[in-house]
Amino acid sequence: MSPLVSVQNVSKNFPGVRALSRVSFELLAGEVHALVGENGAGKSTLMKILAGIYPRDGGEILYNGELVNFASPRAAQMMGIGIIHQELQLMNHLTVAQNIFIGREPPGRLGVFLDEDKLNRQAREILAHMHLKLDPRAIVGGLTVAKQQMVEIAKALSFNSRVLIMDEPTAALNNAEIAELFNIIRELKARGVGIVYISHKMDELKQISDRVTVLRDGHYVATVPTATPLDTIIGMMVGRTLKEDVQHPPLVAPRGEVVLEVRNLNCGPLVRNVGFTLRRGEILGFAGLMGAGRTEVARAIFGADRIESGEIIVRGAAASIKSPADAVALGIGYLSEDRKRFGLAVGMDVASNVVMATLARHLKFKFVLRQQAIRATVESFIRLLSIRTPSATQQVGLLSGGNQQKVVIAKWLARDCDILFFDEPTRGIDVGAKAEIHKLLRSLADQGKAIVMISSELPEILRMSDRIAVMCEGCITGVLEWKGATQERIMQLATQREKAKAA
Amino acid sequence: MAEPKTATIEAEERVATTFRAQVFGSIARQKLFAFASLIVLMVFFGFASPAFMQVENLLGILQSTAVNGVLAIASTFVIITAGIDLSVGTLMTFCAVMAGVFLTNWQLPLWTGVLAAIATGAMSGLLSGTFVAKLKLPPFIATLGMMLVNKGLALVVAGDKPIYFSDSENFSTISQGSMIGYVLPSLPVPNSVLILFVLAIAASAVLSRTALGRYTFALGSNEEAVRLSGVNVDRWKITIYVLAGAICGVAGLLIASRLNSAQPALGQGYELEAIAAVVIGGTSLSGGTGTVLGTIIGAFIMSVLTNGLRILSVPQEWQIVVTGVIIILAVYIDILRRRKL
Repeated sequence: MSPLVSVQNVSKNFPGVRALSRVSFELLAGEVHALVGENGAGKSTLMKILAGIYPRDGGEILYNGELVNFASPRAAQMMGIGIIHQELQLMNHLTVAQNIFIGREPPGRLGVFLDEDKLNRQAREILAHMHLKLDPRAIVGGLTVAKQQMVEIAKALSFNSRVLIMDEPTAALNNAEIAELFNIIRELKARGVGIVYISHKMDELKQISDRVTVLRDGHYVATVPTATPLDTIIGMMVGRTLKEDVQHPPLVAPRGEVVLEVRNLNCGPLVRNVGFTLRRGEILGFAGLMGAGRTEVARAIFGADRIESGEIIVRGAAASIKSPADAVALGIGYLSEDRKRFGLAVGMDVASNVVMATLARHLKFKFVLRQQAIRATVESFIRLLSIRTPSATQQVGLLSGGNQQKVVIAKWLARDCDILFFDEPTRGIDVGAKAEIHKLLRSLADQGKAIVMISSELPEILRMSDRIAVMCEGCITGVLEWKGATQERIMQLATQREKAKAA
Repeated sequence: MAEPKTATIEAEERVATTFRAQVFGSIARQKLFAFASLIVLMVFFGFASPAFMQVENLLGILQSTAVNGVLAIASTFVIITAGIDLSVGTLMTFCAVMAGVFLTNWQLPLWTGVLAAIATGAMSGLLSGTFVAKLKLPPFIATLGMMLVNKGLALVVAGDKPIYFSDSENFSTISQGSMIGYVLPSLPVPNSVLILFVLAIAASAVLSRTALGRYTFALGSNEEAVRLSGVNVDRWKITIYVLAGAICGVAGLLIASRLNSAQPALGQGYELEAIAAVVIGGTSLSGGTGTVLGTIIGAFIMSVLTNGLRILSVPQEWQIVVTGVIIILAVYIDILRRRKL
C-alpha cells in the first residue's frame, strides 16, 4: 500500500533553534500512527508543518503520492488534513454548530444573512454520522473538555478529512472519556482515515496505535511496531534505557505527626463533608474522576474559595484560612495544575519567579531589592532541585515543562511551606522529567514535608502515594493504604455515587 | 460502566448550566438590570422635578441620546472583538467638518456631504483596522493615535473655526426634522432618533444574523481559533473597524445637523461616554459577548442622568462627577452579581 502521507527530510529552524533536522515520517490510510518523543523533540512542529501552520525550511511532503505545499491551515484542511491542537482552539462564546462551520457558514437569505437552522441541521448530520452525542446549539464554553474535543473532531471531519492529527488528545480526559475517544478513533480508522496520535501516555499508545515513530531533539530516531517493548521505545526517546520500573511500589518513610486535619469541610457542590488527615513525611494521593472535586478541596483549604463550614486544623491548632495569604502564612503551598496561568510569570526570569512569594525577605528598607540575596537564594534552589536552566536570568517560558514545575516548587520551598498541595504535578511533562519530579516529591516527603498529590493518572497515584484518598462527586468515598490499593479498587470508589449521595 | 457515565453526564450538565448561567445569563440580567436602572432613574427624576416628564424634555433626551447612541453602536462592534476604539469622538467631528467642506465650502449637493462624512469615517476605520490587524498595534494605541490625528485634521481642515451650514437648508432636517411627526403629528420624534433606532436594528441584525457579526463575536472569543479555522482574520477585523468608522460618520452628520454647524473643537470625551454606554449595557470589555440593545439602554441611562441632573440644577461640574461615579457603580454591581453566582 502506498502511504497516504509521506514526509521526507523535512527541516525547520526557529530563531536560534533547529527544531527539525531532516525528519521523515509516513502515514498509511486506516492507520493510527503514534508520534512520541520528549518535550521539545519536534513532534508538534512536524505536525504543524504537515497541517500548513508553519512553512518548512527544507524537504518534501507527498500527499496521495503528489508533492504538496500548503500555504495556510485552510489549504491543508481543504485537502483533507485536519489537526486537533493540544490546547483546544474553540470559540467558547459560540455554539457547537457555529464552531464547526466557522469560516464556512452556509449562505442564507439574500446571501447576507446566516441560516442558523441550516447550520444546525448540517452540524447535526455530521455529529450523527460520527455518533457524537452533542447538541449543535449548545454553547461550547459550557461543555466539558471531552465534549469540546468532540467538537474539534467533528469540525476536522466536516472537511472530509483523510488525515487527522491529534496532539495530546487525552491530556484532560478521564478514563471513561478516553474510552469513548478511542471508540471514535477506531471508527475513523475503519473508514480509512489516517491518524497521527501524539501522546506522552505510553499505556494509551499500546492500546490504540499500530506503529510508533520516535523523534529526539528534532531528529528522526525510528519507526517501530507498537508491540515493541515499552522500555525500548522509552530508551529511544530519551537516548538511554530507563531502568526504573514504572510499577515500583512507594518507599514508605516513617510517618510523623499529623500536621493537617480537615473535618466536615463544605464548599460548593464539589466539596461535601470532606475530612482527612495528613502527616509529616507522607504523600497522600487524591484520586478520582475529572470533576470529582479534588482541586476544589485543595482550593478550599488554601483559602482560594470561601468555605461554607468545616474545620481545618494545622499542626494541632484550629486555623481560620480566609485567603491564600492566610494559608501561606501557615506554611501551606498550592501548586496549581495550570502552571502557566496560576503558577508562573512566564515572561519573567527564573530568579523573579523563585522569590515571588518571598520578596519581602529580599528587601532592604522594605523597598529596595537585595540583588545579591536574591541571587544566593535562587542559585541554591537551582542546585537543590537541579533546575536545568542556562542561568537565573533565563525567561521561565523558555524552560521545559518539568523545569517550569521545579521553579514553582522552588517558589513554595523558599517560602518555608511544609504542607504542599500538588495538583497534577506531571501533566504535560515528558517521561524523563516525570520520573525526576516523582523523585523530587519523594525526597521532599523524606525531608519531612507533608504532601497532597492530586493526579488523574492511576499509575502515578499508585506509584507515589503512601495513602490514597478517592473522591466522587465532592465526597471522599474511601482512603486506601498503598499496600491494598489497586486500579480496580480506586475506580470502584471513584464511581461510588450512592455513597457520595448518602454522605 | 453505565453508572459512572450517567454521573459524568449529570455533572457535565451541571457545569454546562452554570457556565451558561454565568456568561450568558449575565448579559441578559445585565440588560434587565440596566433597563430597570433606567426606569428607576426616570421615575426618580420624574418625582424630583415636574419639568422632567414634559414631552419637550423627553424629546430633548431622545435627541441628545441620538449622537451618543450612534457612537456607542460603533464602539460595541469593536469592543465585542475585545478591542477598543478611542477615536470615535474626534472622528465624528472630522466627519462633520468634511461634510461642511463639501456643502458649505464647495457648495455641492446634500447627498455628497452625507457621503463625504460616511466615507471619511470609513477611511479612518480602514486606517485603525489596518494598524491593528496588519501592524499588530494594540487597539488602544492605534485608536489613541487616530483620535489625535482626526482631532488635528478637523482643526486644520476647518481652519480652527466652525463651518456653518447656512447655505444648505435641508441639512438641519437630517437631525431636526421629523418624518414620524409628518405622519403622526402628535408624535414629533426627531429624525435623529429615528436614525438611531433604524441603525440599532440594522446593527443588531448584522451582529446576530450575518457572517460579519459571527466573526465579530468569534474574534473576541478566541482569535487564534478563528485564524486556525482558516478565516481571513485580518480582513474581517479591518472590516469591523471600517464599519465602526462609517457609523461614526453618521454620528458626525447627526451632530453637525443638530448644531447646524461643524464644530472642530468638539468631540474629545465622546469616546469615553460611548464606551461607558457599551459597558453599562452589558458588553464585556474582554470581548466575545454583547448586544446593541444593551448599548442603547446604556446610552439612554447616560443621557437621562445628564438631563435629570441639569433639571435639578446640579452644577455642571458636579454632573460630571456623578456620571463618573455611576459608571463605576454600574460595573461594580455587575461584578458583585457575577461573583454571587
